[in-house]
Amino acid sequence: MNKLLSVKNLNKVYYNKKEETEAIKDISFDLYEGEFISIVGPSGCGKSTLLNILTGMDHLTKGTIDLKENLKLGYMLQSDSMLEWKKVIDNALLGLEIKREKTEENKNYVKGLFQKYGLSDFLDKYPKELSGGMRERVALIRTLALKPDILILDEPFSKLDYQSRLKVSDDVYKIMKEEGKTALMVTHDISEAISISDRVIVLSDRPCTIKNIYKIKREKEGTPIENRKDKYFAYYYDCIWKDLAYHE
Amino acid sequence: MSEEHIHYLKKIRKEKIIVFTSQITILIGFILLWEILSKYKIINPFIFSSPTRILTTIKNLYLNYDLISHILTTLYETLIAFLLGITLSFIFAVILYEFKILNKIIDPYLTMLNSLPKVALGPLIIIISGASSKSIIVMALLINLIVGIMTIYNGFNNIDPDLKKLFQTFHASRMDILLKLTIPASYKTIISSLKLNISMTLIGVIMGEFLVSRKGLGYLIIYGTQVFNLDMVMSGIIILIIISFILYKIITYIEKKLLK
Repeated sequence: MNKLLSVKNLNKVYYNKKEETEAIKDISFDLYEGEFISIVGPSGCGKSTLLNILTGMDHLTKGTIDLKENLKLGYMLQSDSMLEWKKVIDNALLGLEIKREKTEENKNYVKGLFQKYGLSDFLDKYPKELSGGMRERVALIRTLALKPDILILDEPFSKLDYQSRLKVSDDVYKIMKEEGKTALMVTHDISEAISISDRVIVLSDRPCTIKNIYKIKREKEGTPIENRKDKYFAYYYDCIWKDLAYHE
Repeated sequence: MSEEHIHYLKKIRKEKIIVFTSQITILIGFILLWEILSKYKIINPFIFSSPTRILTTIKNLYLNYDLISHILTTLYETLIAFLLGITLSFIFAVILYEFKILNKIIDPYLTMLNSLPKVALGPLIIIISGASSKSIIVMALLINLIVGIMTIYNGFNNIDPDLKKLFQTFHASRMDILLKLTIPASYKTIISSLKLNISMTLIGVIMGEFLVSRKGLGYLIIYGTQVFNLDMVMSGIIILIIISFILYKIITYIEKKLLK
């Protein structure tokens, strides 16, 4: 398999006036093409910091991150963060606009994504007219518009209610598979992690280290909702639950 | 339409009518009471004047003292100070927001300037800018600028940090963040600062006219005091009230249009 991203012995220390805090300690993992990895861990353990470092928004203290040449990362944030004064389509084109890549070709690509994911009637609406689930899909299209090779997702559905959350993670999963994207997702929802990913990385409390990595085995590959009924599901849930509970 | 809905609409209309008629009644009642109290010398008509005396004075001012040009002078000064005020507040707020270190440096000076009663600077301004409209505009600017800067600056600071982070995920430049996020996101705050700005400007202009001018409503009021013509003072105040009310209404209207 083609290795796209390799993190080795990553360390992150924060400083403030009184002390230094070790946020991340010695984290190493690889990400392969087409893979969906989830990272779970107790809240405040430094998951978001890890993503910020991977996407170049924060600096690492020690260690290396090897990204295969010419690969692009797309970062989807926790909140859908729409600019309320811009139309939905212009929100989706924001990344392209900022990168000065708003060509006709790219615009058509984005419009194609809207069509594909059942949002073409909403191009000229304003974000406040959309439901939470729709906004999440627009946010995903906004990230996909830049044609990233790896998608980084930071608790992407945490602001949705449970029902829409299941539905949207199914949608997102399908979109990712269809577009052939590799993904790294942070979540605090164990069942979401197991049902959507190929591998689950469990992190410990601060300073955050890798506690366990599970390669998820299934009887039959399906959508996340179907995967929840898989016979191994409960087994993994139990393992990860224990890993996390140990630190309470 | 259901019966409950009609009932609900009726209730709203009834409330509107009550509010409006009460407002009119209070106004008319106040004028009548003033007239009667003054006519029967229960209050001193020389000091408190009366509605009829004010009307005669306004007519007299219009005919003999060029009232219209006094009003226009005040309006002109207000308009210039207002426009300059919002433009400069906006520019300063952007600078302070973009260069946080600058903000930290000048913070104590801003606080000092803000707590200083600006009227104390009046005599200085007259000497520097001369006894003209110029120094009145400077006076008004001193008063509306600081409030304007603070309002817009706070608006910038209240932008959702998630939106800023979104821009950072696209590795947006500072210029892009300023033009595509900070300014459009604060549009509402900037528009609502106009209302505050117009009242501050009017205070500054009248204060300036008290100190220096040879023209304007502030001058009429202070002149009336000097010659002990209190009818003139009262008339000036009444005209001022009407003008500020109209200006306020215009700004509210513009605000509504712009926020649509």
